Amino acid sequence: MSRFSKRYLAWVAFGLLTGALAVAAAGCGGGGKSSKSTSTSGPSSIGKGEGALNLIEWPYYSDPKFAKKFEQQSGCKIHRKDAGSSNQMVSLMRTGGGGGGGQWDLVSASGDASLRLIRGGDVKPVNINLIPSWNDFIPIFKSPAHNTVDGKHYGVSLQWGPNVLLYNTTKIKPGPTSWEALYDPKYKGKITIPNNPIQIADAAFYLMHSQPDLGIKDPYELNKKQFDATIALLKNQRKLVKLYWNYDTDGRAAFANGDVSLGAIWPVDTLALQAKGVPVKEVIPSVGATGWADTWMLAKKAPHPNCAYLWMKYVTQPQVEAQQALIFGETPVNPKACPFMNKIEAGSCAKYHLNEPLNYYNTIKFWKTPIPDCGNGKNDCMNYNAWQTAWTQVTG
Amino acid sequence: MTEFVEAGASLRSARLRLSAALWRRPWLKLALLLAAPVLVFAVVYLGALVSLFVSAFWQIDSFTAAVVHKWTLDNFKTLWQDHTYWRITGRTIGLAAAVTVTDAVLAFPLAYFMARIAPPRWRALLFVAVLLPLWSSYLVRIYAWRTILAKNGALNWVLNGIGLPDAGLAYTNTAMWIVFSYVWLPFMVLPVYAALERIPENYLEASQDLGAKGSRTLRSVILPLAIPGIVAGSIFTFSLTLGDFITPALVGGAGSSFIGNIVEDKVGQPDIPFAAAFATVPVVVMGIYLLIARRLGAFEAV
Repeated sequence: MSRFSKRYLAWVAFGLLTGALAVAAAGCGGGGKSSKSTSTSGPSSIGKGEGALNLIEWPYYSDPKFAKKFEQQSGCKIHRKDAGSSNQMVSLMRTGGGGGGGQWDLVSASGDASLRLIRGGDVKPVNINLIPSWNDFIPIFKSPAHNTVDGKHYGVSLQWGPNVLLYNTTKIKPGPTSWEALYDPKYKGKITIPNNPIQIADAAFYLMHSQPDLGIKDPYELNKKQFDATIALLKNQRKLVKLYWNYDTDGRAAFANGDVSLGAIWPVDTLALQAKGVPVKEVIPSVGATGWADTWMLAKKAPHPNCAYLWMKYVTQPQVEAQQALIFGETPVNPKACPFMNKIEAGSCAKYHLNEPLNYYNTIKFWKTPIPDCGNGKNDCMNYNAWQTAWTQVTG
Repeated sequence: MTEFVEAGASLRSARLRLSAALWRRPWLKLALLLAAPVLVFAVVYLGALVSLFVSAFWQIDSFTAAVVHKWTLDNFKTLWQDHTYWRITGRTIGLAAAVTVTDAVLAFPLAYFMARIAPPRWRALLFVAVLLPLWSSYLVRIYAWRTILAKNGALNWVLNGIGLPDAGLAYTNTAMWIVFSYVWLPFMVLPVYAALERIPENYLEASQDLGAKGSRTLRSVILPLAIPGIVAGSIFTFSLTLGDFITPALVGGAGSSFIGNIVEDKVGQPDIPFAAAFATVPVVVMGIYLLIARRLGAFEAV
């Protein structure tokens, strides 16, 4: 090739390259999100289903055992995307410009994700009157802080479960009765803890009872001093931890393989391990526990809102709540599900604490995204960003 | 019928004119040929890198977690000041280096045997053996290692069988080192094999004629000629380890996080700007590594 043609070629390539880069830069500059969700509280009635429903869900949250019937009744074909973590749910909702990207209708967000979705304008208020079962809910699940802001419901509560203390009965004798076990050097190298910043609340919850002079009232509302004490406790705990599990199935595997014999995990994992014959037992210490409560939240750009409302209406019915509770191993928010649970599995209503008196719920501190406003008029609480950063410093 | 013939003739003449035009302007031919790949390269590859780098200078709103498009160096400042990120970066680079050295030590004798000693039939078999792990999914192999290293796993079963205590390797950095060294070994064996195979037989004979013993030949002739292959292989093992996040998540324990794990966490948070800022660290490390590799002659071997 002559020198002349080489130079031309270089220019052509250079032109193409700069053009392409300009396009790329313009594309990534324009994705800003501006709108805050302050729309009206949804439609006044549910129209005809659009024929499809796209869900971001925890695995089994639209299990065919109860979802098939819904699809037949409503004509809404369910397309599901299983998420493995709260962070994954938030990022899925944020892709495509946020608000579910015009792709997703509902997300079964837990309390550590729901406020982030509300603040980020990714979900919109629903007309709770269109979901008749809501009137029957246990009062604390009607308008909980993790899904209701300024009196607007950004979805409908669904199920909840505690974070439990699980131990191997052949290796830990006697069995632990307090959360203190997770901070006890005696169990060094045998402990597993969820790898999730919201786990800071578990340590704060422990300090709430073991060090009352810190004055922690709510494990999600921590001022600088309380937060620092909690992080110091967690940094000591790290020396004892064998594994910070990312997915509960990883924690489960560590129990099954004998690599850990004590840890914080969910009831669904207890059931799965016991079904496999692993000698484990779960405890909820008498002071209580932290817990998660899930909400079906409506995406701001939901393409099938009618099907979404039909689904929220369907899954909160007592019989369906009972079915889902026993498939996943969690507790309904609708107490009318109790007899249906017992019909499927005798005694299961009591086993999952659905028959407890209302003051039982004072012992469960439900996940919520920490924000600076901690209800005392001062904005001196650590926000979720600080929680995330501190969690990286503890585990990283 | 004549219409068809005429149409065919005019088509042919158009094609002739086009090819003549291209023949007269060779640059046009090349530009047409390269336009598509250059465009894809620029948009997909460089575009992604540029957008990554640009967003590293943005921030998220601490309340809504939405990206704020305002230029700031805060992310880099945090990376610089918080020793957590130094620790994680050091761990990532250290393990990548350890894996690279391990693979080089393991690969050299194997590649030497394959290239210069093994009869052709053996060589084919060894090639299959080296490449066989690549036929199955990377994830499957890591999960397999988790089962092997577990307390109730195969390794401890064997150790206990011969009267030794548990190895206790599950969820440790040692476990990560073993698994990484295993999964990236083929990427070291192949370039080293290529380098060793190209050493002319008469170099070795000349070395012997001059009175050098085996070890001297190895040191003065074979090793220097194999260096470009080893360095080329090390680029694979080093960069693959540097960018990984699955192995630390699955076989690592407390205190095993890699840069990739933090990036994944931050993407999920979602704090894309910070993730982007941290993701530039391995890019810089790799840039430095490639510069060193070039000085060592890695690219002359290709």
